[in-house]
Amino acid sequence: MSLPTDDLVSPFTLEYTYKRSTGPVIGRFLAGLRDGQLLGVRTLTGDVLVPPTEYEPTTGDAVTDEFVEVGPEGTVSTWTWISNPGPKDPVSVPFAWAMVHLDGASTPMLHVVLSPEASLKTGARVRAKFAETRVGHIRDLAGFEVVT
Amino acid sequence: MSAPVTQMKAPTRLEYLVHAGATTTTFLHSILKGQLVGRRCPVCHKVYIPPRGACPTCAVLCTDEVPVSNSGTVTTFSIVRIPFEGQRLTPPYACAHIVLDGADVPLLHIVGGCSVDEVRVGMRVEAVWLEIPQPTLATVTWFKPNGEPDRAVNDRGEVVP
Repeated sequence: MSLPTDDLVSPFTLEYTYKRSTGPVIGRFLAGLRDGQLLGVRTLTGDVLVPPTEYEPTTGDAVTDEFVEVGPEGTVSTWTWISNPGPKDPVSVPFAWAMVHLDGASTPMLHVVLSPEASLKTGARVRAKFAETRVGHIRDLAGFEVVT
Repeated sequence: MSAPVTQMKAPTRLEYLVHAGATTTTFLHSILKGQLVGRRCPVCHKVYIPPRGACPTCAVLCTDEVPVSNSGTVTTFSIVRIPFEGQRLTPPYACAHIVLDGADVPLLHIVGGCSVDEVRVGMRVEAVWLEIPQPTLATVTWFKPNGEPDRAVNDRGEVVP
């Protein structure tokens, strides 16, 4: 069977304009970002989860209600370079997705590093850069920049 | 601490390139010529509009093209009163099943050009076309009352002949 070549073709966008409830813990984290703060949550075993979750993933225990400010600097534990960003990427120029272990946190967090590829390496020190306009969303944190 | 955050925007967006396929392509070309053309099943003789490449009941190819009328009968309807993002029309408006004269299955479209309170089962309507046709069923803006007497519609949503 051959494919028809003269069929009409049209772009079509399917979009669901969802809003999600954050819950108390993620909500507190996003409020922190809006206020220019990076917050983690303390678990029963004393770890600090960043970004915070309502339950401790290894034990399933509910976390404590103690929020801890972490960063604003941290260490890159692993990263991948995006040389051709797509339309859904957070920035339109080449950047890195990186796991950033913020100072004071027990877990690394996935976010964007906005520095040149040559400055990136595992173990690189980075610093949080906040967006100028902040609304209570993960993108209130514009990304991280390598500290030289 | 300042005001708590309880919600976040999390839209899901999928961008497709839709290939109309041979049957729908023929249908859209007929719209460009200002005509509504369905297809007839060679076994049960039902006329489908929009046309189908195969009859879903008889599982045979539908090859006969059949022009259908610009006029038809409302067999069921729903009034949309709730606004939502991306909505083309301003509520309230009526979505209706319209069985066009010469067709055997309903076409889902809008009934306009009258108050939503006037829309009723059995109402006779006719297509209102854009001046410059586009290859889309939206070239028919909506169906407006055509002034003819109502027709009877049975419990199965069929227009009683």
